[in-house]
Order: sequence, then structure tokens, then C-alpha cells
Amino acid sequence: MSVVDLVSYEEALATYDPVMGLEVHVELGTKTKMFCGCSTELGAAPNSQTCPTCLGLPGSLPVVNATGVESAVKIGLALNCEIAEWCRFARKNYFYPDMPKNFQTSQYDEPIAYNGYLDVQLADGEIFRVEIERAHMEEDTGKSTHVGGATGRIHGASHSLLDYNRAGIPLIEIVTKPIVGAGGRAPEVAKAYVAELRELIKALQVSEARMEMGQMRCDVNLSLRPHGREKFGTRSETKNVNSLRSVERAVRFEVQRHAAVLNSGGTIVQETRHFHEEDGSTTSGRVKEEAEDYRYFPEPDLVPVAPSRQWVEELRAALPELPRVRRNRLREEWGLSEHDMQSILNAGAIGAIVATIDAGAPADQARKWWMGELARHANESATPLEELPITPEQVARVAELVAAGDLNDKLARQVIEGVLAGEGGPDAVVEQRGLKVVSDEGALGAAVDEAIASNAAIADKIRGGKVAAAGALVGAVMKATRGQADAARVRELILEKLGVG
Amino acid sequence: MPGITREEVAHLARLARLELKDEELDHFAGQLDDIIGAVARVSEVADQDVPPTSHPLPLTNVMRADEVRPSLTPEQALSGAPAQEQQRFKVPQILGED
Repeated sequence: MSVVDLVSYEEALATYDPVMGLEVHVELGTKTKMFCGCSTELGAAPNSQTCPTCLGLPGSLPVVNATGVESAVKIGLALNCEIAEWCRFARKNYFYPDMPKNFQTSQYDEPIAYNGYLDVQLADGEIFRVEIERAHMEEDTGKSTHVGGATGRIHGASHSLLDYNRAGIPLIEIVTKPIVGAGGRAPEVAKAYVAELRELIKALQVSEARMEMGQMRCDVNLSLRPHGREKFGTRSETKNVNSLRSVERAVRFEVQRHAAVLNSGGTIVQETRHFHEEDGSTTSGRVKEEAEDYRYFPEPDLVPVAPSRQWVEELRAALPELPRVRRNRLREEWGLSEHDMQSILNAGAIGAIVATIDAGAPADQARKWWMGELARHANESATPLEELPITPEQVARVAELVAAGDLNDKLARQVIEGVLAGEGGPDAVVEQRGLKVVSDEGALGAAVDEAIASNAAIADKIRGGKVAAAGALVGAVMKATRGQADAARVRELILEKLGVG
Repeated sequence: MPGITREEVAHLARLARLELKDEELDHFAGQLDDIIGAVARVSEVADQDVPPTSHPLPLTNVMRADEVRPSLTPEQALSGAPAQEQQRFKVPQILGED
């Protein structure tokens, strides 16, 4: 990797104003591909989900997936777009073995959705409106494995192997208008936009939008212009930036790199660039000009799509509550700060917390367990929170046991541990591990008597009025009962027996 | 109407990965010019009352339900491939040394 000159981010911003354009590809969660009935199931054996249509064999004809079109319209509506009354597909021609047809079926001059916006909320609560240019339907490419070069890279490879299971899976490409006016917050805006879009896609239930699985991918276009200049500078396009953190880093890096080139009197080359997760840098890919001659023409094998206004209005009426609106509603219901709500969003815990409340837990308990104990487990095991082997109903049951005084927090944590370890539901874990709070007053009383007897000096102090010393005796009782006593009740008993209650 | 130049034919040939000799470039430039001229006559007869069309069939919204249909087996899918490896299509080096 060649060494790239950078200037500091602050220095870059002192002279230049960043302009961004974000292109996000979302793989739809349909059962079948966009133009044929092949399954889209992940993890199948190579080339086991192909047919004459997605392999581009002669004589085959594509037919559009109705659910794919419906998903596109829903996304368009949720992004406040106009929905085309009539639109068509186009062939994007290029020679690259990831598409066996030598063209990608896409939309060109007539996208299904256009002219919208998405309001995103920054960490401090400020709303930034990102204008949407278009959202169009297209298809994914096959998966290449490059052989014979260093670390599987295409450079230096002797040959490549192609699996076309992914070729033809429906994609929606969402393109922003130039994002201006973000200034130094450009990296934050980019990240917040992709995060909000991901929430939106999930709320619409058109895709799981898991970036780590490639179900959502972002290309970052960036250019700089000197402060006060209207005209945009030359842009670079960083491809396949596949996590929220990477989107932020890629924007930042490109701002610093562009500024260094411009400061030294150089010119930015319009090119695609590759992002490197390891150090957050980008390196040059192909020069764009040459590659851009895709000779689009209308796809003759597919007839136009003309969504009726009635259907569009039906879909609009059935849209779910949008994520930002929902978040703000929940934040008010739960009485949280923007910051706390942001943490919950970042942890991916909103859905789980809501489901736990729906299962009967008080809101503060639901939040406490998901954002505390469970978030820690998720972190340690690098598992998304919602995939932990515990259900919201089980968490609600734990909260219920605590509220009833059957468990204290310490025991509840052990119950959760047991559930996560596959020992069964909360009640089963309580039963098997013998985790009930000792509420048998007789047994507890005996433990308290014993603690007083073996700590006579401390007991005397308490009798003399030093109530604070009771903590040591509570500790002794908790130890004797292996943590299974209700500490507050133990304290009461101690003070009672020593006559200071 | 400007004619099709040799350079344009050479550009198209490169995009289509066709190797054309110099005399072929001239030959095809002339031919393409004729073809485009012929097609352009359509716009001479088209008037305000004739909407632009990109499709000859008076059909829209031909769609199928999102239901899985059987795929080919990997063996069938690969049967026409000149080369294969690890149940995948094997293709020659994509990027030359540069």
C-alpha cells in the first residue's frame, strides 16, 4: 500500500467545504431473485441456486418479482419520494465475470422512486435533512474468489472462481443528492444517514439490512470545494464501505486526502477507491471515466412497471411508524435523554426492550437488563443483542421474579447467565441452580443470629448506635446464604435483633 | 446529422472487446452511419401525437409471485462452462499485471 499524504482534519476544514453523495445498496429479503424463481437463501452450496435466466443462457426470459417491486415502492414512500407512474428497466453493459449475462439489469433514466428526503438526527439531537435523488431496482452480482494472488486479492491473481447464487438477488440502490452544508460534521452525517436508512429498511421489513452480511453496502462519493465557492470539486468514489464506523472513517480519510492533494497544487483524479478496514485508509481503484461507458439501453425482455395510484396509496397507508418518530415517542414515554436513547439505538436494543415491555416488564427494568447484563454478554460474545439465546418474554419473567422478591439482582444475573447457557427458561434455571432468595424467616433468622454471635464487637457498636456498621453483618449473612438472601430484609432483621430497628 | 467517426467505432469496439483492423473501422463507420440514419427516420414521422415508446408490447406490470422454483443442479449449471474448480465457474485472470 502506497503512502498517502494527509493533512489534519481540522486543517482541511479550515480551507475546504466537503460535499458528499451516498449510494446505498440494499439486498431485499425476498424469497426469490428479482427476475427468476431461484432461492435467495444464504449459505447454499456454490452454484446450487441458479437457472437459465440468472445465468443468462440463450432463450431464457426474466419476469419481475412482485414483492421486489412492492418493497421498492415502500422504500420510496418511506423516503418521501414520488413514485413513478410508469418506469422501465435498463441494461447496464459491462464485461466482468461477476454478471454472467455481461450486463446488469437495472434502472437508468426512469427510477421507480425519486425526489425524496430522509431526516436524520445527530448525536446532539440536531436534525439534518438528506435529500434523496432516487431509489431504483436492480440485481446483485455473483461472488468472485480470486486465486493465486496474495490474500485473495484480484491483483496478482492467476484466475478467479465464480459462484452465481447471489447473481440476481434483488437490490434497491438509494442515491442521495449532493449533501452540502454538513461542514465538519460530514462524517457524522454520513454515518447517521446510513444508520437511519438501516433502521428504516428494518422497520419496513423489506430486508434485515445487516451490513456485516453485505445486505447493505455503501459507496461514498466525496469532493471538496474552497469555502465560498459554489462549484463542486472533482469527486472520488469509495466503494463497498460496509459498516457504520467505516462510513464515518472513509469520509474523514477522503477529506484529509483530498485536502492534501489540493493544498499541494495537485488535482483530484475522478476514480473509484477501495476502503481498508484495518487502518481506515482508501487506495486507488480504477479510473472512473473509462469504466463509466455502460451503454445503457431499455431492457427489451421486461415490460414497464406502472404502479397504480391506488396501490401506491394503499402501500402508503400501511407504512409502519417510521423509526425516528417511534424513537422520539418511546423516548418521551420512557422519560430518557437524547443521549440515553442514542445509546439504546447504538446497542440495537430498541426492539428487544419494547418486546420485553410488551411481555409485561416495567420499562425501566426492561431497559436495565438489556442495556446492562445482556449488552455486556452481547459485546463479549460479539453477538448482535437480538440474537442472544434469550427471549424478551424470558427477560420479562426475570424482572417479574425480582419484583416479587423471589430473586435479587445478583441472583437474577445468575438466572440470565443460565438461560444464555442453554439451561432452560428462567424458572427452570431457578429450580436447577437453587437460586431462590432465602425468604424463610426461620433460616434467615438463624443466619442473622450466627452472624451477630461471631461478630460480637461489631454487634456492640451497632447496639451503641453506629447503625452504619450493620453493613459488615449484612455481608456476613449474604456470604452465609451464598447471596440468596434479600439484603434489605437481612438488614432489617439485624437492626431489629440488636434493638435499634 | 454528424456521421459516425472511426474513433467512435474504435471506442465501441473496445467496449465490446472486439479487435478490429483499420480498414474494418472505416467499413463499420460507414455501415453504422447508414443504420443510425435509417433509424433516425422514425423521428421524422413521429409527431406530438405519437408518444415515445421503448417497448413494442402494450403490456405493463407483468410480474410473478415471490415463490421459489427449482433451480438447476450445480452440475447442470456448470455443464456449459469451459473450466470449473470447486464447483465454481473458473475464469481467466481478470486484471493483467500493471
